[in-house]
Amino acid sequence: MTPVLFIIIPLASAFLIALVGRKREILSRTLSFLATASLLGLSLVTYFRLGSGILVTELGGWKMPFGIVLALDAFGAFMLVIVSLIALTSLLFSVSYVRHLGSDWKYEALFMILVGGMNGVLITGDLFNLFVFTEIALFAAFALVAYGGQAHEFEAAFKYAVMATVSSALILMAIAVVYGATSTLTMAHISVAMAGIKPGLKIWIGALFLAGYGLKSALIPFHAWLPDAHSSAPAPISAMLSGVLIKALGIYVLIRIFFNVLGAPQVFLQAFLVLGAVSLLVGVFLAVGQWDLKRLLAYHSISQVGYIFIGLGLNTALGLAGAVFHLLNHALFKSLLFYNAGAIEMGLGTRDLRKMGNISRLMPVTAHSSMIASLAISGIPPFNGFFSKLMIIIAAVQAHQPVYALAAVIGSLLTLASFMKVQRYGIRGESPAKELQSRPGWGMNAAMVILAALCLFASLLIIPGIKESVLDPVVAAIMNNTGYAAAVLGAQK
Amino acid sequence: MSEKQGMSLIVKTVTRAILAIIFLYGFYIILHGHLSPGGGFGGGVVLALGFLSVMLAYGRPTTQKWLNIRALHTVESSGPLLFLAVGLLGLAGGGVFLLNTLDHGRLFDLWSSGFILPLNIIIGIKVGLSLFLAVWALTAWDPEKGADA
Amino acid sequence: MIIYALCFALFLVGLYGLIVKRDLIKIILSTGIMGYAVNLMIVLFGYRREAIYPILEKGKEAAAMVDPLPQALVLTSIVIELGTTALLVALAVQLHKNFKTFDITKIRRLRG
Repeated sequence: MTPVLFIIIPLASAFLIALVGRKREILSRTLSFLATASLLGLSLVTYFRLGSGILVTELGGWKMPFGIVLALDAFGAFMLVIVSLIALTSLLFSVSYVRHLGSDWKYEALFMILVGGMNGVLITGDLFNLFVFTEIALFAAFALVAYGGQAHEFEAAFKYAVMATVSSALILMAIAVVYGATSTLTMAHISVAMAGIKPGLKIWIGALFLAGYGLKSALIPFHAWLPDAHSSAPAPISAMLSGVLIKALGIYVLIRIFFNVLGAPQVFLQAFLVLGAVSLLVGVFLAVGQWDLKRLLAYHSISQVGYIFIGLGLNTALGLAGAVFHLLNHALFKSLLFYNAGAIEMGLGTRDLRKMGNISRLMPVTAHSSMIASLAISGIPPFNGFFSKLMIIIAAVQAHQPVYALAAVIGSLLTLASFMKVQRYGIRGESPAKELQSRPGWGMNAAMVILAALCLFASLLIIPGIKESVLDPVVAAIMNNTGYAAAVLGAQK
Repeated sequence: MSEKQGMSLIVKTVTRAILAIIFLYGFYIILHGHLSPGGGFGGGVVLALGFLSVMLAYGRPTTQKWLNIRALHTVESSGPLLFLAVGLLGLAGGGVFLLNTLDHGRLFDLWSSGFILPLNIIIGIKVGLSLFLAVWALTAWDPEKGADA
Repeated sequence: MIIYALCFALFLVGLYGLIVKRDLIKIILSTGIMGYAVNLMIVLFGYRREAIYPILEKGKEAAAMVDPLPQALVLTSIVIELGTTALLVALAVQLHKNFKTFDITKIRRLRG
């Protein structure tokens, strides 16, 4: 079983859809479902068989460091599972949602390219290959944000594209400096050669990567594109963007570079802590005052990513486990919240909280799953959000950083407040609608039910036995720091 | 935009005369990609420029009659699938994706270096068609008429 | 060292154009300038003193050559920037169709 399959399946299906899907629509739909379902199965099998090992493939037979190498470890496999899960539910949701947006085969082809690009980012072990796959995923993301064809979507997509181009130029400059200093592009070799680099140069490289990939993960102060892009995109695409793109492209790459390649220097861990706390508080403050439902959810994405960065900055086993767990949880409940927003938008024709109401009678699945998701994101037991936030808070207290624990608690309370607002105005609201403009299709309801169930089941991951087998290999892969290089070099044939 | 579509008669005649030379030049760069600078991408851009010069000189409606845009879309979409097929050939032949399993030939020959020549051709055609079809889609909107052409 | 500083200065020129200019097309051109600056920096990192171009020709001896890997990186990077520019131009065309202007200060329908 070769990891290249994770790239071949989505990209081949994207071009097959472009080839045959324009003739008959049912073909494009079957192809995309087949591809995502097989990716989910493949990634689950890989994750559970990999354990704490590492799968190394050299593309084209060229030996490291001359060729491009794919290195799949526990962390990458974990993210692959998350990506394919959210992709499958997003496809389920868009079966009936996209129909009112226009022709379908272009959407499915772009969606497959997005999934293919993200998979490529997750499995590669070469720095420039990482950049190329980031760009592939971003192209598809720009086009999908603008898919609906309305004026505000184009504006959001343009802003997103311009800011992402600036960050890509910064990343390319960082790659140039790294290549000039170490003469190699394989991440394992770079981390070995990092020992001999001047600390000043390391800070430069780290700062450039933080600016570049920090923009992709919407870290303050690089967050300005996210509210527009995530609120203007169609709902299943917002779920993909908020749920997996900012994590696969932004957080995963930052972890790889700062923990495995640069070896977690203290100044950047401090930067993670500070920027994470600022993101947390600023995001939730800006979210509380919003009346547009999707914009509120977008600001909450910024805030929840702040939690993950605090967990990363603490650099303890519990903190990292909390960060990874919160990564999974946020993907689950944020996607569910965006699906709810999409269903409400399709059913009532509005995104303004003041104009909604009476949803629990008209769309019961939406109302109940949105209650579950709101409880999960606010951190109420027994849903998954409570456990991951608890792990981060306890880790902050254990590491003698009570300020960040306090920030996390305040953020949690404000999140609870803003979601109580959503429930009060949105679901039980003031202007009860008499009937729906269009009923949610079976696919939409199915996607929401699956994610709501997973929100409950994911809290099982806190039980020590399950935690060891699921979360700890991932944490070990991250904390391994430069041991990653030894593992990759050791697995070379 | 003038009444008669496209540009003047001189431009149309010159375009028709040198079109074959542009395509020949493009194919030369593609085919010698493993021996001299250029290769798939550079040659593909020249091919696209050949198509584009026709579109610029003759205008959209005439070009639509002359070229079969639907067939071009099909060829363009099958390009990456062919690339994938060559890569999977490597997987079947040696166990690694994109392994160079075709005959390597002698140094400096045209038919040498294994699969680099077929891949260059595939990339060249794909890039050329992609660029042309992208500009074709961009010009679908005429600002003066205010509607999609 | 001075050459890399000059490349960075070119990058800053592009960044200035992106932030300050109001016309959509000028913003797209500024992203192009930023891309050129970074590509130049990458190719310059491959320079070796007193070396020739990295092409093996019939009849010539293999001498010391400049590093060809940055040149391959720059080729890929140019293609990526081409794709980005094409996408940005397509978005600009659609924006003009919807807002009837190329001025970015007038395209502000999203607020908050």
